[in-house]
Amino acid sequence: MGIYIETDKCTGCKLCLRACPYGAIAVEEDKAHFTEDCTSCGACVSACPVGAIVMEVVRAAQVDTSQYRGIWVIAEVQDGHLAEVTLELLGKARELAEALQVPVSLVLPGDEVSGLAARAGQYGADEVYLVEHQNLAQYRTGPYTNVICGLINKHKPEIVLIGATLQGRDLASRIAARIGAGLTADCTGLEIDTEERLLRQTRPAFGGNIMATILCQQARPQMATVRPRVMKKLEPQDGQEPQIINVPVSLDAKSIATKIVEIIREEQQEVVNLQDADIIVSGGRGLKAPENFSVIRELAEAIGGAVGASRATVDAGWIPAYHQVGQTGKTVHPKLYIACGISGAVQHLAGMSTSDCIIAINTDPNAPIFDVAHYGVVGDLFEVVPALTDAFNKEFGQS
Amino acid sequence: MNIIVCIKQVPDTTEVAIDPETGTLIREGVPSIINPFDENAIEEGLRLVEKDGGKVTVLTMGPPQAEQALRQALAMGADEAILLCDRAFAGSDTLATSYALSRAIRKIGDFDLIICGKQAFDGDTAQVGPGLAEQLGIPQITYAIEVAVERKKLRVRRLLEDRFEITETRLPALITVVKQINEPRHAGLRGVMKARKADIPTWTAEDVDADPLRCGLNGSPTNVVKVFSPQRQHEGEILEGDTEEVALALVERLREAKVL
Repeated sequence: MGIYIETDKCTGCKLCLRACPYGAIAVEEDKAHFTEDCTSCGACVSACPVGAIVMEVVRAAQVDTSQYRGIWVIAEVQDGHLAEVTLELLGKARELAEALQVPVSLVLPGDEVSGLAARAGQYGADEVYLVEHQNLAQYRTGPYTNVICGLINKHKPEIVLIGATLQGRDLASRIAARIGAGLTADCTGLEIDTEERLLRQTRPAFGGNIMATILCQQARPQMATVRPRVMKKLEPQDGQEPQIINVPVSLDAKSIATKIVEIIREEQQEVVNLQDADIIVSGGRGLKAPENFSVIRELAEAIGGAVGASRATVDAGWIPAYHQVGQTGKTVHPKLYIACGISGAVQHLAGMSTSDCIIAINTDPNAPIFDVAHYGVVGDLFEVVPALTDAFNKEFGQS
Repeated sequence: MNIIVCIKQVPDTTEVAIDPETGTLIREGVPSIINPFDENAIEEGLRLVEKDGGKVTVLTMGPPQAEQALRQALAMGADEAILLCDRAFAGSDTLATSYALSRAIRKIGDFDLIICGKQAFDGDTAQVGPGLAEQLGIPQITYAIEVAVERKKLRVRRLLEDRFEITETRLPALITVVKQINEPRHAGLRGVMKARKADIPTWTAEDVDADPLRCGLNGSPTNVVKVFSPQRQHEGEILEGDTEEVALALVERLREAKVL
């Protein structure tokens, strides 16, 4: 992969200097040129007002795959901590790395995040690329893409894993498009074909009705976003100090196209992060009226779970949309999912059928929800759910 | 303001049935629809233009029958529609798709804003929008739930897992929208009539000057090597009897299975 400057077009305006995270452009005699620090990250391409900087297109067939070694995980930092999905990916990367006999590296962009590197070591990282800058404090597509593409082009990992969170999907798509890598979305299975030295990526399609296994034979790195809560993180190992590689970058605020003006977290407990909940109790059309969500809430409270909802109830305006589980709502993978009065339309099953344990309560014995349920109760939810609430309250020693 | 809305025609999954024998999708006779999130994208484009003037061009890449989806968008009120259709595009993954769309958009020329749905119903990847923004070298703001344009500045409220984020950027830019951003309108009779007569140009790979090596299977680094139905790993147990006993039995099962 390469990048070059069409010197006759260059006006020497120096806007590319400001855009370059790696300080790898010099302007002499009103013409820009790359220094040997250039990583081909591509940050300067869109910064050039006259289109004088050209990124060469990567042709998969020309990629020498033997140049690419190692497994990378791109860290996501939430509220000053490594996101759970990052730890899960480190665990999976460790397993893949054993098969390939390569190290596991974590790319950790952020501001004042060096304290997180040790934790990454405990969970499986051999080394950490630490990229600290105040303009990386909050995730933004542009600077994160520039910095990470530079690192990938320079160090050439064979596999790059990113959590399939909203941030991860936003970032991974942009990186893959820039470097011409193959990217598989929202994987639920990853394994190594040791003979071919390829990553077998399995993901649900058509709302989980079909599984597809995808290979990326030629292009490198092989990139995947991975569904949170599917892979298992390792038991933390004390004394596993990762090697830390500091990556100095310069990121001029003026060269970053987007600006985060405000972040709003609603105070009401209503805004739950369904994706992170261990237990979800969901209500469907069987509730008959919006006020009957109280039955669901009581059970959720008794068992320490979050409240979910089917599309029908959200469309009817019974409950706000952020509770919606399913293809147009959220995809969840809790330890326990209790579906109350939900028939189990394909689009709902798509969002919850990979839950560890599913309980279905429905009056219709033929409802499709029973096909995915581990335990089913055919009956009136207005009787069964309160009885279950009582049973849990007893179980947990409350009156 | 010139707005381009990229849409995809998908099978209507709410109508999709599963073959009980094979456990696979029965696709025959399944109607095609505009990807639901893309309907929100069209609606948002129409609203922005109604407010500030300009026009909405709808673009799709697909087989000849994808023209139906474009007519539907025209019936909703879009000003123009373009079908990107060529055998050379067959088998495109998200990278090749975003490349092809970027070529068509360069041919369209002037634009201020590109709107896509957050993801498609059939593939669920959410990769084409950001990939397209990258191919065009413009900023992206994903998961928009509220959009405002003031002069050349775009202000977007994003719906994230557990928070809202308000982000600004300059135009031209690309956004992807979530379902909660609006309620797509139904096409009126006049719109339907107009759409029926509308001329929809079909552009080939050559028309948009696309590099054949970056299109279709040639330009797709990922390959689907196996498709299978998900294994059911368990047989469900139906609990019967007195409600209270059933409730206690459930708690017992959960304890045994170490779910609690």
